[in-house]
Amino acid sequence: MIDKLFGWVDDRLAVSRGGRHLLNKIFPDHWSFMIGEIALYSFIVLVLTGIFLTLYFVPSAHDVVYQGSYKPLQGQTVSEAYNSTINISFAVRGGLLIRQMHHWGANIFVGSIVVHMLRVFFTGAFRKPREVNWMVGATLLILAIFNGFLGYSLPDDLISGTGIRISFSILESVPIVGSYLAFFLFGGAYPGTAIIPRFFIIHVLIIPLVIFGLLGAHLGMLVRHKHTQFRGRGAREDNVVGTPMWPGFIAKTTGFLFLTTGVTALLGALIQINPIWLYGQYYPYKVSYAVQPDWYMGWLDGALRVMPSWEIHFPGHMIPNAFFPAILLPGITFTLIYMWPMIEAKLTRDTSEHHLLDRPRDRPMRTALGAAVFAFYFVLFGASADDVLANYLSLSLNFVLWTFRVLCIVVPIIVFPVAYKICKELQTAPLAGKRKSHNVVMRTAEGAYVAVPVEQYPGYQEEELEPVDVDEVDLVSALAADAETNPPGVYRVPREYR
Amino acid sequence: MPDAPVTDGAQHGDAASKRRVPIDAPQFDVAAKHPDRAAAAVAAAFFVSLVAFVGFGAAYWQNAKNYWLGITLGVGMLAFGYGLAAWGKYLMPRGPFEEPRQLMETKKEEKELLIADFAVRGRVAVKRRGFLVKFMGAAAGVFGIVALFPLLRSLGPLPGKKLYKTTWRKGSYLTSIDGKRVKVSDVDVGGIMTVFPESDVGGALSQTVLLHVQDGGSVVTMKGRESWGPQGFVAFSKVCTHAGCPVGLYEELTQQLLCPCHQSLFDIYAGAVPVFGPAPRPLPQLPLYIDSSGHIRAQAGYDEPIGPGFWERGGTT
Repeated sequence: MIDKLFGWVDDRLAVSRGGRHLLNKIFPDHWSFMIGEIALYSFIVLVLTGIFLTLYFVPSAHDVVYQGSYKPLQGQTVSEAYNSTINISFAVRGGLLIRQMHHWGANIFVGSIVVHMLRVFFTGAFRKPREVNWMVGATLLILAIFNGFLGYSLPDDLISGTGIRISFSILESVPIVGSYLAFFLFGGAYPGTAIIPRFFIIHVLIIPLVIFGLLGAHLGMLVRHKHTQFRGRGAREDNVVGTPMWPGFIAKTTGFLFLTTGVTALLGALIQINPIWLYGQYYPYKVSYAVQPDWYMGWLDGALRVMPSWEIHFPGHMIPNAFFPAILLPGITFTLIYMWPMIEAKLTRDTSEHHLLDRPRDRPMRTALGAAVFAFYFVLFGASADDVLANYLSLSLNFVLWTFRVLCIVVPIIVFPVAYKICKELQTAPLAGKRKSHNVVMRTAEGAYVAVPVEQYPGYQEEELEPVDVDEVDLVSALAADAETNPPGVYRVPREYR
Repeated sequence: MPDAPVTDGAQHGDAASKRRVPIDAPQFDVAAKHPDRAAAAVAAAFFVSLVAFVGFGAAYWQNAKNYWLGITLGVGMLAFGYGLAAWGKYLMPRGPFEEPRQLMETKKEEKELLIADFAVRGRVAVKRRGFLVKFMGAAAGVFGIVALFPLLRSLGPLPGKKLYKTTWRKGSYLTSIDGKRVKVSDVDVGGIMTVFPESDVGGALSQTVLLHVQDGGSVVTMKGRESWGPQGFVAFSKVCTHAGCPVGLYEELTQQLLCPCHQSLFDIYAGAVPVFGPAPRPLPQLPLYIDSSGHIRAQAGYDEPIGPGFWERGGTT
């Protein structure tokens, strides 16, 4: 039956031509290569949970009277967006779980992209020929941040509404075209009623479509280039060593898809996120204490906070304060990210292809620079909690803000030499970071003590086997004697080798 | 640690040199030390996931609480994922396997061939048809520009003067959020109230904080504003000049207004000039007067654009 079906498809699409190549595609084994998979799989979780939410969410800023089951809100006039989000949380069966999974999934999505990007940066995986893929990845990060912000804004609650107000002000601050941009996006003066439906269609259709396209490009280029890999285990620039797609990698990665989903489901079940029924409906004249965006917007919020109160005024025109932290800073950040592969190639005069990864310690300059820059954004991220910290630590706001202003400059200056030194030290200790083999201390008959290495499972971890070329693996002929029980073409390891 | 690259002499793609890998090569051993135990663990995982998924179905059917739905779904997914991943990791050939990789760099001849093909065919196609290219370019260019109008221009009205003016007018009654005209007696000393013009209650841009900062007497925040703060009342735009959040917190002790978004502090008696945080300009002050019936009213609208800056706003100190 399956043979027949396969034959039918194969005769029409020639799957078997090249299909074997796909089965043989090698995926190098290293834990850090799974971070990008987390991003991919949380995107799948986001799409699935998001589809569920669109069935119930009403993207409208028009007023309705809340008449649902949540007592404190009954009889209040709220927007349809807020009303439907409350109903998803309380009236739709499983709605709260899916909503919380969607929100957690978004946080995991952006987080895993950032960590994946750090991995690619510190191991030098962005170098030739992967510069374009690095840029596609950076674009995906921008889109993920944007879409996260849009989705966070949709429920029209008091906290996210304040965020929308700030985004209007930020758009307005762009020189020359700012007020036009803001008016075109919001369909007029703030707040208007257009922004929720517009954010909705951008959030559920436009950006996801672009993400789909770019993900295709990202993975397509990955197949074209094949994976990078660390040195060792016979890895060279002109090969890839690891697990073949079928069946080892497929099992592991599909398992990982379910693990990612499972963690998201548990977070959605057990850890409350964005309880908008506690925040209340957004009104432009209301505001809440400790207004904070989702974590991935924290560095921007922090930048808005630590920015001194400067503006540039010249006759008839001005550049507003918010422009510098909220437009210029991300502009410079992402320009540097986009250009980094070229900048580094220029600095190191390295124009050759690289498929073997660097260990961060072997590139102390890059590692130290990356750590310092990352530390800068980390301080900004911390600064977005300055009011909460001041309150929690009973310090004056003034002191906390000035501390962060100073730390922004001081921390990167300290991190750079420290990271550099750590790299240099690690270089001199070749076994640092390697798993140590266990020893057993034995007493000899003469009474002397000797440390004897524990016997390892033969070949496991310590003994590195030669990689076997997948194209040379011809199990069919190897199993020819057993052809009766093992039909040709089936990749099966005989029982005695299991 | 820079390992020396392993220079194994295997040549790829050369059929003659293809060596068959014996099936008893250690690379085909399963990775687990004790395959039976690993298989038992995988089986247990799948069983747990089966039970959890049944639980999820039951929880959904019974309309159970959120955490029951999530725990059953999450545990089911985790157990299922663990089972699959462990199967792949421990019960399959431990490898490693390798495949050859072609470097991306192409040969000079390959490049030249492609470029030559492209150029030659292109030259044939447009030979003595240069005017077609120009016409086509002109038509496409015009379309590109024209297409921008509906794309951009229909999205919203031009800003015009909307960013400069609020709905406050000469004589506007200060009106509370429930639509009542505010009288002197409505706000105690040390009190704060958000007010709007009567025609625009709840307005995002006209929102104004009315403060009763002292018991009687005229509050003079600045030269030229001698009459703006009658009987201990002052009013400022509630829209922060930094990023537009409502400046909603009033500290009576220090006579300061605080914006909770980015913690800008404004000194009320100095005309709401920013004394701390990122806000670059003072909050515009609404000139007040008190009519014969005790209602608080606006002498005029704001004399400068309220809220955060924008390019055309021009400089004010």
